[in-house]
Amino acid sequence: MSVKLTVNNQSHELDIDPNMPLLWAIRDHLQLTGTKFGCGMALCGACTVHIDGQAVRSCVTPVSAVEGKNVTTIEGLSTPSGKAVQHAWVNLDVPQCGYCQSGQIMSAAALLATNAKPTDRDIDAAMAGNICRCATYARIRNAIHEAAGALPEASKG
Amino acid sequence: MYFRHLKDPMSVFPGAASAEVTRRDFLKFTSLAGAGLTLGALLPEQSPAAAAAGTGSNAALAMPFVRVDPDNTVTVISKHVEAGQGVWTGLPAVLAEELDASWSQMRVESSPARVPMYGNFAFDPKGSVQGTGGSTAIANSWMQLRQAGATARAMLVSAAASEWKVPAAEVTVSEGVVSHEKSGKKATFGELAARAAKVPVPTDVKLKDPSQFKLIGRDKLPRLDSRAKSSGQQQFAIDVMLPGMMTAVIKRPARFGGKVVSFDATQAKAVPGVVDVVQVPRGVAVIGRDTWSAKKGREVLQVTWDDTGAETRSTGQIFEEYRKLAQAPETAKAAQAGDVDAALKSATHTIEAEFEFPYLAHAPMEPLTAVVRLSPDKCEIWAGCQFQTIDQLNAATAVGLKPDQVFINTLAAGGTFGRRANAESDYIAEAASIAKAVGGKYPVRLIWTREDDIMGGRYRPMNYHHITAGIGKDGKVVAYKQRFVGQSIMAGTPFAAMMKEGLDPTAVEGHAAEQYEIENVHVAWSQPKSAVPVLWWRSVGHSHTAVSKEIVFDELAEAAGQDPVAFRLAHLEKKYPRHAAVLRLVAEKAGWDKPFSKEKGRGRGVAIQESFNTIVAQVAEVTVVGDTITVDRVVCALDCGIAVNPDVIRAQMQSGIGYGLAAALHGKITLSDGHVDQTNFHQYAVLRINEMPRDIEVHILPSTNAPTGVGEPGLPPIAPAVANAVRAATGIKLRKLPFNLAEARTAKA
Repeated sequence: MSVKLTVNNQSHELDIDPNMPLLWAIRDHLQLTGTKFGCGMALCGACTVHIDGQAVRSCVTPVSAVEGKNVTTIEGLSTPSGKAVQHAWVNLDVPQCGYCQSGQIMSAAALLATNAKPTDRDIDAAMAGNICRCATYARIRNAIHEAAGALPEASKG
Repeated sequence: MYFRHLKDPMSVFPGAASAEVTRRDFLKFTSLAGAGLTLGALLPEQSPAAAAAGTGSNAALAMPFVRVDPDNTVTVISKHVEAGQGVWTGLPAVLAEELDASWSQMRVESSPARVPMYGNFAFDPKGSVQGTGGSTAIANSWMQLRQAGATARAMLVSAAASEWKVPAAEVTVSEGVVSHEKSGKKATFGELAARAAKVPVPTDVKLKDPSQFKLIGRDKLPRLDSRAKSSGQQQFAIDVMLPGMMTAVIKRPARFGGKVVSFDATQAKAVPGVVDVVQVPRGVAVIGRDTWSAKKGREVLQVTWDDTGAETRSTGQIFEEYRKLAQAPETAKAAQAGDVDAALKSATHTIEAEFEFPYLAHAPMEPLTAVVRLSPDKCEIWAGCQFQTIDQLNAATAVGLKPDQVFINTLAAGGTFGRRANAESDYIAEAASIAKAVGGKYPVRLIWTREDDIMGGRYRPMNYHHITAGIGKDGKVVAYKQRFVGQSIMAGTPFAAMMKEGLDPTAVEGHAAEQYEIENVHVAWSQPKSAVPVLWWRSVGHSHTAVSKEIVFDELAEAAGQDPVAFRLAHLEKKYPRHAAVLRLVAEKAGWDKPFSKEKGRGRGVAIQESFNTIVAQVAEVTVVGDTITVDRVVCALDCGIAVNPDVIRAQMQSGIGYGLAAALHGKITLSDGHVDQTNFHQYAVLRINEMPRDIEVHILPSTNAPTGVGEPGLPPIAPAVANAVRAATGIKLRKLPFNLAEARTAKA
């Protein structure tokens, strides 16, 4: 069956099972491998992408559910908040093994897009769905604060 | 590090070819003094990078551990896997220091699998095995990479001197630029690389005095992998895409030790996208054009299992048997001094305690994955390999080729914590066996799902500890008696050859007799048998030995009427001055001498453990509300010798604390009738950001000793420090992992 997808502003038509989770379509068929598989049950956040700007777990989202919507992966992240988050991540050397970090960054960018100055509590609430087994959490908190501080009020989003 | 007792570690692996090293190589390597020290500096023609390095004026200076390219990049060849612990930054820092390179020109790539050239000299002095583990990467590369950097520097200087016709002694190097002050000549490394490649390799280079270090010890040296890991560009095994590649998942037995009797693939093959279903030694593989079809196919695959010989007990039952074993004759002695029974009789106070530790899964974020491309005379592997030459050997056995026909591409590992280092190379051998079963007709990517990972065994061994200890008239520990009951990691594997007098050192390492001055001790181990496969899990034996030891020491301090820090110091001062210094530092930074909050539910506790030659002490401050423990603050001090990269060290301490807290607060794998009860992160809970302490301070003790590891040593003290803090706050004794306040409260009542 044919499924139409728009990922990072590019349209694709794929001959795949419409029930296939978006994660596998992105990774195995579009070869955008920045989005990671971690659990397959929306428990770890490694597969987080943006759908129309919202952070969504792609491992439990069937491709049929995103037809006609805009999917953004880490490769296409270009919002001011996304760029600020990535910059802070590098600046503070957040990653260790790095495997979960695409998902962390996508969640953090979505948080900053709606909450310009998150508190630690806001960060914990928004990021608790993203597991990091290297426990880079302290630096994730710091990097989100740094990114928030670097964003001019007008360019939030 | 566990190989050091063996004369020829690789020989214990079935199928090991003794001819890994040719005679020519052997003569060259054995002629080097101090095994491994000058290895990296010599023999540029042997470098695997040399073939790709070009010739003529465009040539690179290519040596086994470093390549200087005409584009002025300097690439360090890493024999160790980067799994988050920071070797892709630490190893380049060590080499760049002696080379006087600019940090911005440094790059890193993985070495091929090759020993002894890329062997781990901390595992055994001959470097017979290439592998990463036991927090050894920096320690075993320290002199080797300094030597390699200094040699390459000397060759660049020599090239400049001959080109400029000036004395080499007048040529200086700084920040990647070679200069001659009098003539005003300057050149980059890249400009000199081709000429330097023709210079004879010096064998007498001088290393810097540590007081001259510029990169080593710099407080913030940016990680070389942060950019790739913050943009989705870092490639892991799961990201490898080869032309025509298919994806496989394996249906494995539901009980450990189960075997395939027969299978019916009719339904699985009917799933669109499924291309093959094949039996392999560890189960039945379903292969599809993508992950989704392989998974769907596996769901409907019918397999009949034979559970004869499989583990069918429940973990509750197994613990009961462990308790009985603790009273039965010991399997092996770990320590014996004085007369512990007589000393216990003389004690003014005695404490008897039992501790329980569950099985734990490593659960790295990248589920185990390996990619294999097989042709009649060649097997290529892409994986986050932790034991490269063992993986090479196991893959060779699986596909029926010679080890030198197996080419290992070590990629960044999405975490490992010990999981990828196993004697059978489980996931790599599986992928190789699938490639073999389909006749190599397409490249195969084997993916373990999270369920495969959590339910797949190779756990930290379950453990039962029984401790009896007493305080003497002088207020010090007069006797300490401990029995460990826990499966051996080494027994039944090729590593069993490393057990001495029946003792698996990894089952007991870090016990009290190794860490404190105690006159009368008896520490022994009982070895239960089970089909549940066990493995080293971050900090290995220390992950449990430190817990019972440090909790009991706290209770002993109380029994002796002493402060927990002062009491520990009294058992460290004479024999363990470095430990004492670390403990003093953590106490000072935590403000231990000041009275702690009297608020209800608040408490602080301390713990210390030396593991992998690094000493770490931590003070944890907690708040207990109802049955919930919140860790508010952790102050951590350590002595890891010279701090190569302080920012990576801080990150590793935070990481060890977080990983250890996951085990202290949540981690538990249980079995019901042999079936694993947990399947995914909703049942095997790990630490999330809201549980990470708000405040973690790391203080590194200045040192002039050679560096030791930091990947594991941050973990062992955290659980006992938290337990001691909870006891200070509530009086409740936590002796069962993961900590369960409600249960412990009932036990107390």
